[in-house]
Formats: sequence, structure tokens, C-alpha cells
Amino acid sequence: MTVIPQQVSPVLEVEGLCIAYGDGTAERRAVHDVSFSINPGEVVALVGESGSGKTTTAQSIIGLLAANGRVERGSIKLNGTDIARWTDRQLETVRGARISLVPQDPGNSLNPVKTIGAQVGEIFRIHGALRPDGIDDRVISLLARVGLSEPALRARQYPHELSGGMRQRVLIAIAIALKPQLIIADEPTSALDVTVQKRILDLIDELRAEYGTAVLLVTHDLSVAADRADRIVVLKDGRIQEQGAASVVLAAPRSPYTRQLLAAAPSFASAVSRPGASWAASGVHDDIVVVDGLVREFAGEGKSRFRAVDDLSFRVRRGSTHAIVGESGSGKTTTIRSIVGFDKPTAGRIEIDGTDLSRLVGEDLRQFRRKIQFVYQNPYGSLDPRQSILQIVAEPLLNFSRLKRSDREEKARAILSRVGLPEDAVARRPHALSGGQRQRVAIARALVLDPQVLVLDEAVSALDVSVQARILALLQELQSDLGLTYLFVSHDLAVVRQISDTVSVLRDGRLVDGGVVSDVFEHPSGDYTRELINAIPGQGPRAAA
Amino acid sequence: MTTFDTLHDDIAADAIRRTQGRRSRVASTLRRVPPGLALSWFILATVFLWAVAPSLFTGYNPLEGVGGAQLKRPSAEHLLGTDALGRDLYARIVHGAVHSLTGAFVAVGLGLIVGTGLGVVAGSVRRRFDDAIMRLVDVFLSIPPLLLSLSIIILLGFGTVNAAIAVGVTSVAGFARLARAEVVRVRRSDYVEAAFGSGGTFASVLWRHILPNSLTSVLAFASLQFGSAVLQISTLGFLGYGAPPPTPEWGLLIAEGRNYISTAWWLTTAPGVVVVLVVLAANRVSQSFGKTAA
Repeated sequence: MTVIPQQVSPVLEVEGLCIAYGDGTAERRAVHDVSFSINPGEVVALVGESGSGKTTTAQSIIGLLAANGRVERGSIKLNGTDIARWTDRQLETVRGARISLVPQDPGNSLNPVKTIGAQVGEIFRIHGALRPDGIDDRVISLLARVGLSEPALRARQYPHELSGGMRQRVLIAIAIALKPQLIIADEPTSALDVTVQKRILDLIDELRAEYGTAVLLVTHDLSVAADRADRIVVLKDGRIQEQGAASVVLAAPRSPYTRQLLAAAPSFASAVSRPGASWAASGVHDDIVVVDGLVREFAGEGKSRFRAVDDLSFRVRRGSTHAIVGESGSGKTTTIRSIVGFDKPTAGRIEIDGTDLSRLVGEDLRQFRRKIQFVYQNPYGSLDPRQSILQIVAEPLLNFSRLKRSDREEKARAILSRVGLPEDAVARRPHALSGGQRQRVAIARALVLDPQVLVLDEAVSALDVSVQARILALLQELQSDLGLTYLFVSHDLAVVRQISDTVSVLRDGRLVDGGVVSDVFEHPSGDYTRELINAIPGQGPRAAA
Repeated sequence: MTTFDTLHDDIAADAIRRTQGRRSRVASTLRRVPPGLALSWFILATVFLWAVAPSLFTGYNPLEGVGGAQLKRPSAEHLLGTDALGRDLYARIVHGAVHSLTGAFVAVGLGLIVGTGLGVVAGSVRRRFDDAIMRLVDVFLSIPPLLLSLSIIILLGFGTVNAAIAVGVTSVAGFARLARAEVVRVRRSDYVEAAFGSGGTFASVLWRHILPNSLTSVLAFASLQFGSAVLQISTLGFLGYGAPPPTPEWGLLIAEGRNYISTAWWLTTAPGVVVVLVVLAANRVSQSFGKTAA
């Protein structure tokens, strides 16, 4: 493919696009008058929070709107041809061949009963692009191209035998198979670990440079957009807030919403010195959480035993925040489940406020739970859908105290208003609340027993960035008011840098780095820590430029 | 988005508008009920009324025949004709409803309580008890239901209630399997663990979280079982294992009419059609439960 010089005509031009969703009787417009264009070889990022219409816009380009969605007005021009009102049959000639899609969730996007090779080969068969006997060779070279080791073996494997990052590479292989002019990448990395995310984005970048393919990157993460995009389109409530060259948008945002997003994104926030320095200087050892030589083994195949956590030790001072960082499979969730007493360690000692956890059983363990409370990653799964918010928050009190019903409810209401939930939400059920509100409820439930330690398992990673910023601010405020100790589990180092005092970096169940946050971030002692820090998006060459 | 909209709407709307909205919402829900479902509810309600107050529907005595009115065809006087002893068939079907329905209720109640109990216990206790209970359930599942109910009736003796118990026992295994599967699913959810984490005892978590969240599909299954219990009780009645004559039980009516099938077709057809309609109606209603639950 030769790059056309001068008069560059855009690959894709979206003009005045309006999309509405119907629910039986009424129609609700989700995208209002959106216009942008993408030139060959360019990366345009569509940035917005959930409900901003970014995915709807991307789906409409490739004609994959949900059944109740409809393009009301506007045009989608591919190389000058309006495809907005094409039928499925017409679009089939374009999909995969000229526009292709890298879907969001690599876990669900591959057919579990077909081999990788068959799924990659399918695109050649559908478009009749190759003779049948040439397909297998082409598939293997394609799998090698996207950086999969042993491509011949991978082609014979099934999706469940591959890791998330490998599956995403397979999806990219399918997307680039016919060298399309435009790749739509819908949150291609949000389900992946940070180092894997970096490698996948690098791969997309590399392929773009090689084939001259334009990329429409749909993402909620402004820092990813900052690293990778030439131009950024910021969406909110289906309307474009701002668009322009990435460096301009980031350096001098015109719209207040972009400024708000930038302020909320932890990777752009400068490292703040946390007001917890007093305990560091005092020299008094007041460790509320002591983990010593923690080992947790699980039965593996046959007689082998799998060590999820291997000889882990750390201490957390009262009133400070300790972060546990690692990628999936690093043992961080196993560790905190042992600390809150949901899981018994194979060996080692855990002491919370002077109580040795390993000896606790039955009623003693139940009483111990008043001291340490847990906030789950997913606010959609951790609240009973059949209870009202008030019932959810009052339940721990019901378990422990003999308070009268009215007193319980009063206390629950007080804590709910403390975490900033509107008064009229207390009678609702969880499904009527947004993700951020649900997470506030989960925090309120954890705090209603006046615990000393709060364990937060990826408590903000399922939330939009501005909601995330508000929850983090709430957590900091609660800590300084109530003297809480936080154990904060995260894969997001930018967030960790923002809110914690000390950190433990885990890899394959082992502690690879640990200490005060500023030391670890500025002088990482291990290669792995350095790799993690370098993988944080928002510090790439484009953002720096 | 939608969450925010509803929040916003509720704040904006004043109390009067809200109640009005609710009333019109009820009306529109009623209008949207599919006709088949409405008919099913109507059939079940009618049969229920037959069982509660049979005298409202017919003036004839179901047990005593009228002299000289044997084997009459359906007519204005006898809606569904008469049998070999001159008894009004319509009256017998109406009065028989109470036997078939109590039978079905007892059967489903037994299956629901014992089966769900076993399932919930199996789903929430430790591995070994779970295995013991579920293997027992597997044994029950492997015996053909009719054979099992016949054996139970032979052990317990004949009669409406005993037939109902026999039918109920055959459905215990199904309830237990379903309830266990649901409990295992709910137990794995974060909110159950969170409830333990906030100091809940085993019993309180079971009562507050696991039971309410796992019973929806069990209840849908119960209404499905209601239809099949009516059918099974009629089968037992037909085979002579249910209530003894002259009880106007539906299965027995069909069995008695069998002898006259060439001359008096209505004697088997009418109770047969009633059984079919009740079973279909129960299935339709149960299906609607499943839909709303999902």
C-alpha cells in the first residue's frame, strides 16, 4: 500500500450523526449531532464516561447498533460513500474488509468451541479472499505477526487455553487480517493488566505504522488516549464537548468537562504529599496489621500444590494507607481474603490490632469482623438486589448490637449521609442507583460498625474516572476524620500513588518490592516494579510532546 | 443514564403526580397482559371457585342419580349429560375439583417444603452432607415416578390424601435439585460473602439473603408442578389407586366413563378436557413467573 501524498481525503467522515434508542413507546436520543473525521493512518480517540454515547457511535459506524437503536440523522461516509443507511447485506462487504472491530471483552468475543485457527481463518473464508489451501499458512503467519509465541500450536488451541492478553491478540489478528483501512478498537485493553495493556497498545500502534491503517480508539481512559491518539474527541451525554489534536486538548482544554476529566485522571495528578507524615516521624511502632510469612497453597493437578501466596510479610501502621499492587494472578486477592478471615492461610501469622487471626473460629471470628471490613470490587454484585439501601446498611448493626430498630435506622441514615448519598435514595433498591452510588452504599455498610481497618479490593476500578476521583476524595476525608487504616488493593499504580502511604508489590505470590510509596515509585528496586511504573498510561511520548 | 433519569424524575414529580403515575402504570400493565395468560388465570380461578363453593355452580347432587335419566346426552337440563347411574356429569366435575385441587396442593406443598428444604441444606452445608443428600436424591430420580407413587400408595393405603402424598414424594427430587443449584449460585455471590463479613451468622445469612434470592425459580417450578400433580393424581385415580368410588375425582370419572365410551363419549371427554385445560393453564402461569423473574 502506498501512502497518498498531498490531498489526503479522510477514510471516515461522520457528520451530524444522531442516534436514538426506542424502548417500546418512547425514543431516547443517545447521540446528538456528532461530527468528526479520521484521516488515513491516524489514531482518533473517542473519550467519554459510561453513557456518553461513545460505544453507540462506534457501533453505528460498522452497522452493529442494538436492535432498538436507529440512526436518525446524519451521514457516515467511508471513502466518500455514505454507509449510514446500508442494509446488513451491503455492510457485510465492508465489515472485516475495510472496517474492522476489536471488541471490548476478549473473554466473550471468541467462540469457545472453535479453535483459534478456525476463527482467524473464518474471515478469509467469508470474504473469499484466499484459496482454501492457503488459509492455514496465512493464519499462522498472522498469529506470529501479532506476537503470539508458537503460532502453529496456538492455531490448534481453544480460547480457554489462552490468557486474556493472548485472546486480545487473536482478536487483533482477525481485525487486521484483510488490512482494513479503519480499525475500531472499543476499549481494547480495559479488561487487561497494565503491562499487558501497554504491549497490546504498542502492537496496535506498530501495525498502524506498518499498514497505514487508521484507528478509532474508543476509551474511557484519557491517559490511554493521551499516549496513543493524534486527535481526541471528548464526548459527554452524546454530545461532543471538544475535539482537536491530542497535545492541544491536553495542554489547553477548552471545555470545562475536559478540564474536569483531566483533573480526575490520577495519572495526570501530580504526586501529592499525603498528610500522614506525622506517624512516619514519630518513630512509635503502632502496627495495626502485621502479616508475617504468609503462605497459601491450593491443590493443583494431581499431587502438585500451587502456591498462590509465598512467604509474604508486611506491616501497616495505624491510620495509614497500605496498597497491595500486582497483576491478575499475583496473589493479592488471596492475601486480603486471608486478612479479613474469609480464607485460612496454609502457614504464617496474621495479626490485626493484636489479635492473632489463625486461632479464631466460630463466634470469636464473628466478633473479630467488627474490627476489619471489606469493600468489594464490583458494586453491582456486593449488594443484595432484594434489600433496600437502608436494610443493607443497617444489617451489620442487626448482627452485632441490640439496638432498637429505630436507633439502627437512625445510625444507618447518619452514615449514609456521611458518605454523601442523597436522602431519598435510602428506600430504594440497589438497581436504582448508579455504580458510584452503590460503591458509597458498600462503604457505608463497611463503616457502620466503626471498624478500624477497611480493606478495599479494587474498590474504584469499576467506576468512571470522575466518579472514581470523588470516591477517593471521600475515602481520604473519612480516613482523616475517623482515623481509619486502609488496605488498598489495586492494579492501577496511578491511583496507588495518589492515595497510599506504603505499598507492597506482588508478583506470582512473592513480595518483589515494598516500602514508602514515594521511595518505591522514584527508586524502584526490582525490574518488575520498574516495568509496572513504565506501563502507567499518560506518560508516553505523545503526551509529553 | 437511566438511573439518573429516574432519580431526577422522582425528585421533580410531586406526590400527587406520582400516585397518578402509579395508577396508570397498573392499568397499562393490566392492558398488556397477554390474552392466553388472562385465560389461564381465569381457568384456574374458576376451578378454584368450584372447589371452594361448588353449590354456586350446580344444583345437582354429585353422588345421587336421578331415576330414568341414565346416560343422557348433554342438553340444557344436564349441561354435560349424565352417567350410567343418572348422575349429572357437570355436577360431578364441579364437586370433584376439591379432590383434585387439594390433592395437587398437598402434593406440591410436600414436594416444595421437603424438596426445597433438602436442596437448601445440601447447597449450604459442607461437602460430605451435600454428597449424601444429593446421592439420595439421585436414587429418587432414577425410579420411574408412577412406580414410586404406586409403591407408596400400597404402603400407605388408598385415599385422596395418600395419593397426594405419593405424588408429592415423586417431585421432592426435582425441587431438591433446583433449590440446591440456586443456593449454590447465590452462595457464590459477593453479597452473601459480604453478609458473612459484616458479622452475619449462618442462619441469619441463609434467612435474609440466600433463601429470598434463590426461591424465585423454585416458585415458578412449583406452579409448573401443580399442573403435573393434577395430571398424576388423575392418573392414579384412573388406575384405581386414588379416592375410592363414588368420589367424583377427575381421574376416576374418566376411568368410569371408559366403559361407555362407544355410547356415551361425553363421560370421558368432559373430565379429560378439564384436566388438560387446568394443566395447560398452570403451565402458562408458571411460564409467566419465570419471565418476570428473569
